[in-house]
Amino acid sequence: MEPLARIENELKKCVKCGTCRAHCPVFSVLGREPVTARGKIALARGILSGSVPIDSRTREDMSKCLLCGRCVEKCANKVPTDLIVLAAREVLARKRGLTPFSRVISLLLGNRSLLNGLSMLAKVASPFLFGRIPASSGLRLRFPFRFLGRRRIPALARRPFLGRHPEVMEGRPGRPRVLYFVGCITNYIYPEIGEAAVFLLKELGCTVIIPNDQQCCGFPAISGGDLDTFRSLAEKNLAALEKHPADYVMTACASCGGAFHRLYPHVLGERFPELSSRFQALAEKSVDAAVLLDRLGFEPACNGTAAGQRVFYHDPCHLRSRSVVREPRELLRSLPGLELVEAERSDTCCGLGGTFNYHHYGTSMGINAAKITAIGNSRADNVATGCPGCMLQIADGLSRGHGRVRVRHLLEMLADGMRGNP
Amino acid sequence: MLKPHIIKELRAIVGKEHVAVDMQDLVCYGYDATQMEFLPDAVAFPADASETSRIMTLANRERIPVFPRGAGSGFSGGSLPKGGGIVLVTTRMNRILRIDTENMVAVVEPGVVTGDLQDAVERLGLFYPPDPASLRFSTLGGNVAECAGGPRAVKYGVTKDFVLGLEVVLPGGEIIKTGGETFKGVVGYDLTKLLCGSEGTLGIITRIVLRLLPLPESRKTMLAIFDSIDGAASAVATIIRGRIIPVTLEFMDHSAIACVEGQFGLGMPDGARAVLLIELDGDRDLVERQAAAIGELVRPLGLIDFRAAEDSAEAEALWKARRLISPALKKVNPDKINEDIVVPRNRIPDIIRRIEEISGKYEIPIVNFGHAGDGNIHVNIMIDKSVPEQAEKAEKAVREVFGAALGMGGSMSGEHGVGLSKSPYVTMELTPGQIGAMKAIKKALDPNNILNPGKIFPE
Ligand SMILES: Cc1cc2nc3c(=O)[nH]c(=O)nc-3n(C[C@H](O)[C@H](O)[C@H](O)COP(=O)(O)OP(=O)(O)OC[C@H]3O[C@@H](n4cnc5c(N)ncnc54)[C@H](O)[C@@H]3O)c2cc1C
Ligand code: SF4
Ligand code: SF4
Repeated sequence: MEPLARIENELKKCVKCGTCRAHCPVFSVLGREPVTARGKIALARGILSGSVPIDSRTREDMSKCLLCGRCVEKCANKVPTDLIVLAAREVLARKRGLTPFSRVISLLLGNRSLLNGLSMLAKVASPFLFGRIPASSGLRLRFPFRFLGRRRIPALARRPFLGRHPEVMEGRPGRPRVLYFVGCITNYIYPEIGEAAVFLLKELGCTVIIPNDQQCCGFPAISGGDLDTFRSLAEKNLAALEKHPADYVMTACASCGGAFHRLYPHVLGERFPELSSRFQALAEKSVDAAVLLDRLGFEPACNGTAAGQRVFYHDPCHLRSRSVVREPRELLRSLPGLELVEAERSDTCCGLGGTFNYHHYGTSMGINAAKITAIGNSRADNVATGCPGCMLQIADGLSRGHGRVRVRHLLEMLADGMRGNP
Repeated sequence: MLKPHIIKELRAIVGKEHVAVDMQDLVCYGYDATQMEFLPDAVAFPADASETSRIMTLANRERIPVFPRGAGSGFSGGSLPKGGGIVLVTTRMNRILRIDTENMVAVVEPGVVTGDLQDAVERLGLFYPPDPASLRFSTLGGNVAECAGGPRAVKYGVTKDFVLGLEVVLPGGEIIKTGGETFKGVVGYDLTKLLCGSEGTLGIITRIVLRLLPLPESRKTMLAIFDSIDGAASAVATIIRGRIIPVTLEFMDHSAIACVEGQFGLGMPDGARAVLLIELDGDRDLVERQAAAIGELVRPLGLIDFRAAEDSAEAEALWKARRLISPALKKVNPDKINEDIVVPRNRIPDIIRRIEEISGKYEIPIVNFGHAGDGNIHVNIMIDKSVPEQAEKAEKAVREVFGAALGMGGSMSGEHGVGLSKSPYVTMELTPGQIGAMKAIKKALDPNNILNPGKIFPE
């Protein structure tokens, strides 16, 4: 009970107005009150008072949250439903054990060499394991495993990103020293994002430091209620990032940044006072790539040829909820010739929600469908975003009928713009 | 607890997945925005009038109370299952069936969210004006049942002014139609109007025919700041006497100004004692001319500042103070008792002064704002429920506020309805004769008192 009991005051702030019904992506598809923020808060209070049983049904209800933070943004009382859901999941995990899926996730995340080994194996075996789907929108393979269902996800990278570059690449004197926190999806699936990040930072004269012993940010672990793994990963990351003096810690994954800004200080910092000031320092230093590039004065090459590209920018929830909405758009607009379409639904959730997509694939793709339709209607030929997780989800959605639309990370487009490549 | 065979019958009517009996569902369908909580025995989600009718037949046979529910955003506990029974939720009946651009009517199911209908008709150049602040989540069924209103009521009226006809499942299970799709129709009693504001006690609305208007071409927002509440009130009278009916006339009294300034420091000028937010809509030229005229009309009335927005971003900036009241209130005291009295609009200064006295007498902060154009005032009595004597004092203050409003020829509630939370006070406003007539209607339609029992009338 402790994880919930300590935030009981936050639970009491909900006045049950129902505003969150208008904004919860999961509710928009499922239409049942227990999945709204208001419902989850009522259930959390019930768990605390003993009126709601800690059973599989409660676990099911609490799993129906993307942790997108939309309800928090729209709530007049700023009730932190995302943190409440995480606390409830922790209580459920303690009382009922982790789900088999979360156990696997935690095992893998807790151990990078295991993850590296597995990705090697998957790569060698991939031609045999995976069914081929049309080679469009960067999606090449479909897992045949039952547990992955109908998901379409890209092939794993030939070589993970971490380890490709020297740990420290000195820049020009007087320019900022930037620690780059890579994150799992970039590392294993989209190393091209990492390459773009390194290229851009170097061009801007920064010293780039990629600590080799950085780990997963831990979001997937705490999302399943596994505090211990989360804490251990967070502490390892603290140690890895604190080793090098730097001006910034840059993330190019919205969720990793969200973990640094919100989850580390609140879920861990408030719990473990001995770590709190270190988490606070990390939160203050960490910055999303778009904000950093904007601040450092990114300028594209004048012969940049983004000409003729129509781009739909997707706001990742974990950037939007931190008000990182202006910078990515301005950076894109700075690319000569690029047309940024101002479309409906650019700021709604893609439906991934980390482990949510695994547990509720149908609902996840239901939420995604509205986005895909909006992208289709916008007649964009590229989707740009700031989160590799969103890229996976949007690519999966686009592969069913909008195969010609490419999904790319903002940094990839900016790197092209700086190089003068199309 | 419902007997297993009843659950089985319910499932046979609506389908297994549309009946919920888990504790998790019972908890989540037993509250509304009043924050009161009661546990139902089951929650049913019928798909249409016919399923609704069969549920009512079953409920009548077994004498099980049924509580209609839309979004559960009510401010008076109207949907709450006090005493247990079946909560009947309309969310599955959420289709916009038809938008008739020629006759300018819309036919909708009750679970449609108000704002979704507005978006749909506006895309066709039409307009559904009622705009409760909850329009992004409240349902049209709930709006009709509470006769919801909003800022635009000054010019356009409230929900009932737009309802032309209904399909209703009566408590006994009969399905009837009231009214029709035409603006005129005088055959028989006006059951449509009777059902508007009936708070789910006379029938379950399963279909609604709504009147639409052409969408006004443009809209203009202004903010006027006065050195007294009397100035603001005479501004309202002067504007309307000047033959201009704004679409919105919202006011904040000095308690609300102080509250927002104290929390957010928006830089209101010194001496600001009342704020009027004025919005015009209509033909572009006319709106500009009227805006200029309003600037002149209000100048002699103790005006401190007057701003007119040039575009929607500026308009949003003018709305800012008004929108910040709710979050600011939270900081005054943790709990709020939110009443929505009405007085004739020229009595606003009198009622505000009276409320100030009441606030002083009981030493409880009371913050007022609302719709100056129609005299509907949101009276927010701010207390800390964990302090026992505060709850008691607040109860006395509420009674005095109601008494004052009634004494000025007003009403205890302009929008939110009676439900559970105001039923103890109903006899202050309604005479035994009125209550007798209402109860006779209720009894005739619902002899077993199974549809939303315990609401409106004191027990
Ligand atoms: C933040 C906030 C702002 C608000 N602002 C306003 C405002 O500006 N103006 C205003 O008028 N109200 C306002 N309200 C109150 C509330 O939103 C309205 O009363 C609204 O009409 C309720 O709709 P609902 O769908 O939530 O109904 P519910 O709360 O679910 O039910 C309300 C009543 O309607 C009955 N009912 C619901 N559906 C049906 C049906 N199909 N047939 C028969 N009876 C039915 C219920 O039994 C109950 O008595 C506000 C509420 C909140 C939380
Ligand atoms: S979480 Fe916030 S928006 Fe949702 S019901 Fe509670 S107070 Fe209202
Ligand atoms: S965080 Fe997102 S998914 Fe979870 S309750 Fe809030 S709005 Fe819904």
